[in-house]
Amino acid sequence: MSDNMKIHLKYWKQDGPTAKGFFEERTLDSVNEHMSFLEMLDVLNEELQLEGKDPVEFDYDCREGICGSCNLVINGQAHGPKAETACCQLHMRNYKSGDHITIEPPRAAAFPVIKDLVVDRSAFDRIIEAGGYISVKTGSATEANSIPVEKEQSDVAFDYATCIGCGACVAACPNASASLFTGAKIAHLNKFPQGEVERYNRVTAMVDQMEAEGFGDCSNFGECEAVCPKGISISAIAEMRKDYVKALW
Amino acid sequence: MEMKLESHEPQGPLEQKWSKHKKDMKLVAPNNRRKYEVIIVGTGLAGGAAAASLAEMGYKVKSFCIQDSARRAHSIAAQGGINAAKNYPNDGDSIWRLFYDTIKGGDYRARESNVYRLAEVSNNIIDQAVAQGVPFAREYSGLLANRSFGGAQVSRTFYARGQTGQQLLIGAYQAMMRQVQEGGIEYYPRHEMLEVVIIDGQARGIITRDLVSGEIKRWEADAVVLATGGYGNVFYLSTNAKNSNVTAAWRAHKKGALMANPCYVQVHPTCIPVSGDYQSKLTLMSESLRNDGRVWVPREKGDKRHPNDIPDAERFYYLEEKYPSFGNLVPRDVASRNAKIVCDEGLGVGDTGLAVYLDFRDAIKRDGEDTVRAKYGNLFDMYENIMGENPYKQPMKIYPAVHYTMGGLWVDYNLMTNVPGLFAAGEANFSDHGANRLGASALMQGLSDGYFVLPATIGNYLADVKPGTRYGTDHAEFEKAATDAQAQIDKLLNIKGKRTIIDFHRSLGKIVWDKIGIARNKEDLEAAIKEIRELREEFWKDVYVPGEKNNYNKYLEFAGRVADFFELAELMAMDALQREESCGCHLREEYQSAEGEAIRNDEDFSYVAAWEFKGLNGSLEEVMHKENLEFEFVELKQRSYK
Repeated sequence: MSDNMKIHLKYWKQDGPTAKGFFEERTLDSVNEHMSFLEMLDVLNEELQLEGKDPVEFDYDCREGICGSCNLVINGQAHGPKAETACCQLHMRNYKSGDHITIEPPRAAAFPVIKDLVVDRSAFDRIIEAGGYISVKTGSATEANSIPVEKEQSDVAFDYATCIGCGACVAACPNASASLFTGAKIAHLNKFPQGEVERYNRVTAMVDQMEAEGFGDCSNFGECEAVCPKGISISAIAEMRKDYVKALW
Repeated sequence: MEMKLESHEPQGPLEQKWSKHKKDMKLVAPNNRRKYEVIIVGTGLAGGAAAASLAEMGYKVKSFCIQDSARRAHSIAAQGGINAAKNYPNDGDSIWRLFYDTIKGGDYRARESNVYRLAEVSNNIIDQAVAQGVPFAREYSGLLANRSFGGAQVSRTFYARGQTGQQLLIGAYQAMMRQVQEGGIEYYPRHEMLEVVIIDGQARGIITRDLVSGEIKRWEADAVVLATGGYGNVFYLSTNAKNSNVTAAWRAHKKGALMANPCYVQVHPTCIPVSGDYQSKLTLMSESLRNDGRVWVPREKGDKRHPNDIPDAERFYYLEEKYPSFGNLVPRDVASRNAKIVCDEGLGVGDTGLAVYLDFRDAIKRDGEDTVRAKYGNLFDMYENIMGENPYKQPMKIYPAVHYTMGGLWVDYNLMTNVPGLFAAGEANFSDHGANRLGASALMQGLSDGYFVLPATIGNYLADVKPGTRYGTDHAEFEKAATDAQAQIDKLLNIKGKRTIIDFHRSLGKIVWDKIGIARNKEDLEAAIKEIRELREEFWKDVYVPGEKNNYNKYLEFAGRVADFFELAELMAMDALQREESCGCHLREEYQSAEGEAIRNDEDFSYVAAWEFKGLNGSLEEVMHKENLEFEFVELKQRSYK
């Protein structure tokens, strides 16, 4: 076990959405390989505070890869180097002593910076608000087993439904498109008979909202799929586009 | 003056209480509902479901959460599943049996009527979730699958791989966002509740801090719901999300709401062990793993062989040996306590000796690696990620960690606190799990409270409130609450001491874990109270809170929460001290059998301890009120899982 990795950090500081941002640098001398990436940032912040300096702000909550709060871009990669791993689950054993690490917020016009590495992702809420649901009221559901769903179909729906809404897909996309996020919700709900009913209204409402929020269009780069911590397939986007065209006609 | 705690449980046969109550409760007509405003703090399963449901009915809802989106509430991290009495596997389940298992699992320290209602609406929850598109696991028939969980001898747990909480929460979140779109919900993420506002004895609003701008805001409504989760983070290390906190509940407590059974804290048996001081949280491995994993330690102290090299005869499968009928599926409290016992005896494994093995060797041999992967793949991946070891090839190392708090704000059958108009739901209340919660029951309770209980009982309360009653947010009580909230923030920022917030929190957590943890005794509890007071005093003298108040400042948020944990911790110790018995998760070393089993004292302690805040002056002043638990329908037995 290595207790004394030396890590050179370069991280983004920005006081608010319109303030000018800049990089700050600092070297940590005793990083342990069992630390998570965010625990390393905790250590950085403890050091800064003990010197009376302001800590660097970043978003986090569950620290087990499911809440989607964290969304750091590490050396240019959303969530860092490990496939299908949110940065809160990235451990320092993936680095070696002497490494240089640059940490930035996800950069997208639709995700304005709040402070340092914290961004405003409320655009995602508004996309769901536009139509990312099945319109069923509490109490009006039928007996659960009255709607059988093929196991394969249900498993595929689950794969899309695992989206944690972190925004890595947007950060990685050269167009800052939210197509994987939006497509995943559409593909999840469309797989169920109970979701099928609103299929075309849903796709138009959500896609239109996505555009209104200032996200770019999809050019099939595939970067989103590569960085998605849940490994959501880009085929979600194909489904979304197919349905969107059908809905227009 | 002795406060009278009215549970407002309906009379009559257990099976008819809820339906009778629904028949008797007052209604608010659809055209009047839009005249009432309801504040809901928290957007987890309870808060999210309540917000969606009340808005659908026509009430005007204001929803607040501290995260950047409602979808991130900590319910999202629940892994294993949700119980319901559907009896799809035809293995003898029923509403009665789910009720009975839950009340027994809670070691007979919960209200019969609440628990029965929970079991009764469990089936509606599954229907609702499926209708929303929650992708529960299914059989090849296309029908829903079940698995078994601790504390039950039937298979009644519905699940969505190891992400059931996520899927149910996203269902509630989507229902909620639909109402945001339709104008029924005003939605305020990144807002933290700092005070509840009480006017003429009724909850009439809240004070929040906008976590982006730092602005202190005032909100008025006809009723307030706190669905703000549990207080496990008082231990510093727990499986809770980092932002989970007790602030909303505690500040309500200081305004008069009673805090019930704060010493009932569940320690989950299967978590990834601590590795170092920098550790910020503990990660849970779903209890469902105990369906197929076998828990053991080496029989010999200090056996340093690789676990795969230790032959069966030299392995101590302590749960299977001590509890042959439930084996590895004993309830959480029993599993945790036994892990502590074997580690205290020096049989623990790993670098720290504070771990036991959870071994899938036999399941893989029996069912094949693919089957095991299909059931638990994401959990195994998570384990490997954190520990750097492959659990398909060698046993996992696990240790208990604080996971859930059964204690919480005291509520009556209507989920209303003793403050009229102030409701508490989900983990934030104390209502359904007694002294120990069974696995897969937290999701059930959160959604039961949110989808089915509150929508009925809030209407009953509002029917007696004159529609359109408004005092205005410049009322003296709003003024005072807002001033108090701001004053505490200023005070914290002005200390400019030398120790960091995390450092204080870690020290507090150590006291609480060591002395108010898995096993407690009088001497330790008294010592804990003294140490907590001393450390609290030091905190208010020497803490360093960085940054400004009018900007995003995560450490300022933490400072306020840690300040509240310091007070709650003392109450937990007081509560554990007065309960001179062992029950559920509360093990008092003075009250256990020779084999280390908890011994209840039903004669003297069959009550809910509900604490009333009286003041804080160096020491916490609280008065305990008792709600006696009457058991009309079940016979109290010493729990046995042997």
